[in-house]
Amino acid sequence: MPTTTPARPRAAEGGLRRIAHHTLFWPVVALIALLAANTVYRPSFLSVTVLNGHLFGAPIDILRNSAPLMLVALGMTLVIATRGIDLSVGAVVAISGALSLSFIATSPNPGSLSTVLLAIAIALGVSLVLGVWNGFLVSVVGIQPIIATLILMTAGRGIAMLITEGQITTVTSPPFKTLGAGFWLGLPVATLVAGGVFLLVAFLTRRTALGMLVESVGINPSASRLAGVKARTIVWTVFALSGLFSGLAGLILASNVMAADANNAGLFIELDAILAVVIGGTSLQGGKFSLSGTFVGVLIITTLTLTVTIVGISPLVTPLFKALVVIAVTLLQSPRIRESFAARARQRAARPEEVSA
Amino acid sequence: MAAVAPERSSTGPAPSPRERKGGPSVRAIARRLHVDRRYMPVIGTFVVLALILAIGGVRYDNFLSVQVLANLFINNSFLIVLAVGMTFVILTGGIDLSVGAVLALSAVSAAYLLDVGVPAAVVLPAVVLIGSIIGFLIGVMVHVFDVQPFIATLAGMFFARGLCFVIAPESIPITDETFVAIAGWDTWVGGQWRMTTSVVVSLVVVAVAFYLLHYTQFGRTVYAIGGGEQSAQLMGLPVARTKVLVYVVSGTCAGLGGLLFAMYSRSGYSLTGVAMELDAIAAVVIGGTLLTGGTGFVLGSVLGVLVLGLIQTIITFEGTLSSWWTKIVIGVLLLVFVVLQRVLTLRRT
Repeated sequence: MPTTTPARPRAAEGGLRRIAHHTLFWPVVALIALLAANTVYRPSFLSVTVLNGHLFGAPIDILRNSAPLMLVALGMTLVIATRGIDLSVGAVVAISGALSLSFIATSPNPGSLSTVLLAIAIALGVSLVLGVWNGFLVSVVGIQPIIATLILMTAGRGIAMLITEGQITTVTSPPFKTLGAGFWLGLPVATLVAGGVFLLVAFLTRRTALGMLVESVGINPSASRLAGVKARTIVWTVFALSGLFSGLAGLILASNVMAADANNAGLFIELDAILAVVIGGTSLQGGKFSLSGTFVGVLIITTLTLTVTIVGISPLVTPLFKALVVIAVTLLQSPRIRESFAARARQRAARPEEVSA
Repeated sequence: MAAVAPERSSTGPAPSPRERKGGPSVRAIARRLHVDRRYMPVIGTFVVLALILAIGGVRYDNFLSVQVLANLFINNSFLIVLAVGMTFVILTGGIDLSVGAVLALSAVSAAYLLDVGVPAAVVLPAVVLIGSIIGFLIGVMVHVFDVQPFIATLAGMFFARGLCFVIAPESIPITDETFVAIAGWDTWVGGQWRMTTSVVVSLVVVAVAFYLLHYTQFGRTVYAIGGGEQSAQLMGLPVARTKVLVYVVSGTCAGLGGLLFAMYSRSGYSLTGVAMELDAIAAVVIGGTLLTGGTGFVLGSVLGVLVLGLIQTIITFEGTLSSWWTKIVIGVLLLVFVVLQRVLTLRRT
């Protein structure tokens, strides 16, 4: 963010100020405040116990519930970094869940591992194709991302309904159930999958030039194309990845409830994902992205949802709290507020007797 | 002007000459008739509307009846109002995701206030005002604090939706006599065309919006901001005020839409209008307004709503088709329009 640049020369003055000026400062404060509020309300909130050979407790719940949103938000972060947006992720989640469960339900042997693997492969393949379709509309046809993905967002749930024929398909398949509700080495499988994908994306974007290329496309597509960056391929790739990750999220959500609900699976997940990305400090204007920011953003949203349930407020009111968090974080990150903070800091610096921090 | 489409169709075979216009020679005809390029997308929407009417008229008896078309307006009056408000925002290059939730909030507040015993004369303006206030707050977030419209209106959407559940988790029926009387009022135009209060209100909103956009300084500033915010600023136009005002307009329309929805359903329920903002955006896009701003007409958005409504009507008439086909058809139609718009804008440059 350009507004952090003037803070840099002063950063040498003290570590505390540098921390306070970090993009992730306010999101992390919000997360800690949420966790603290929970601990005050229920002192045992942060405790993790071992039950039936795996870890158990609210923090583990948060990690497990975060998995689908984390996957969707990862793809969203990359798409937003190229100055795009993907509204179709919720529809892809629904399609992927509907496809996999319908396939397992109609197969002769729903419990066998090969059936499950084939179902997963089909769902992921179709999700990838849907992502490629979005990428095609944006990078080749040249439609604005918000409209291009609005098409699939509108039609996608219809397609998912078509797959499940309007029914809520329920199946029993232990291997498939493992993906969303199983544990491995004491940790939820869903969390491990999401964590693995997160590390892979982090490695690919931050340890290779890919991340920089994505950012350059976000800053100026035509300039980066002239500089030799294959802007079209990059945009196409991030949309394809967003589709693929959403498909994986759809599988986790479907296996968690073992029912394909074309109407409600992944409903509003696109909005939650965009919120998570924005809370994490990635600008919708593109050109800069923060994977760790998205990580914190996802944790904030999941913790918030869990908090509302724990405190005993109807989960239907959750949007209100999300709105308050978003408004607070975006306003604190907005240039005007930052400027006024900076101005106040300058004033304080002008009067040396008051510099105590 | 909004009533032109159904009038034409009510005469039965009228759509056929329009249909021919949709053929490959459309550009040549347009050139001969000196049709402004700006009107091309709207004419496209009109052709699609005529085509759907023609298809429906050929396939089903009674499809081209006055009742069906009058019901089209009755069932979609709130969506027309939403789409009109959305057009203002999209013309400036913004987007308003909050309208569906604000509609629900307005409908729920109306039902709640009437249930508590507040007189209808107070409730009606108060509920519309709720929409205006939320729109104003969003406008301030967008302009003063430089939050992207997408995020600001998303926050507005979550805020309004959450507030709905705080006010009333369950559906509240409306039994207030004055309100029911207003909602139940109707008139017959030409003996056959039934118009309810909400249809009259929506047509008035369209007329006011048309006037605002094309005959006032505010309207010209809206187009100017969409064409280029910096240029508008340099020309000395009141960009700041106008940018906040378009969200107020959209919020007010959403509040009014909620009132119309409450009249339509005679109740207030927190889950109404989920994803209705997408219908409104789809109607605006199908109506030929570019999402980059600066190009589009409010009457196009009305035609867009009618196209969406007609698709729904056809699927109802078909009977064997399941409701999810509506979504798929709307998606395909969106795709066709967006690609066409893209082709048109490419040719221009």
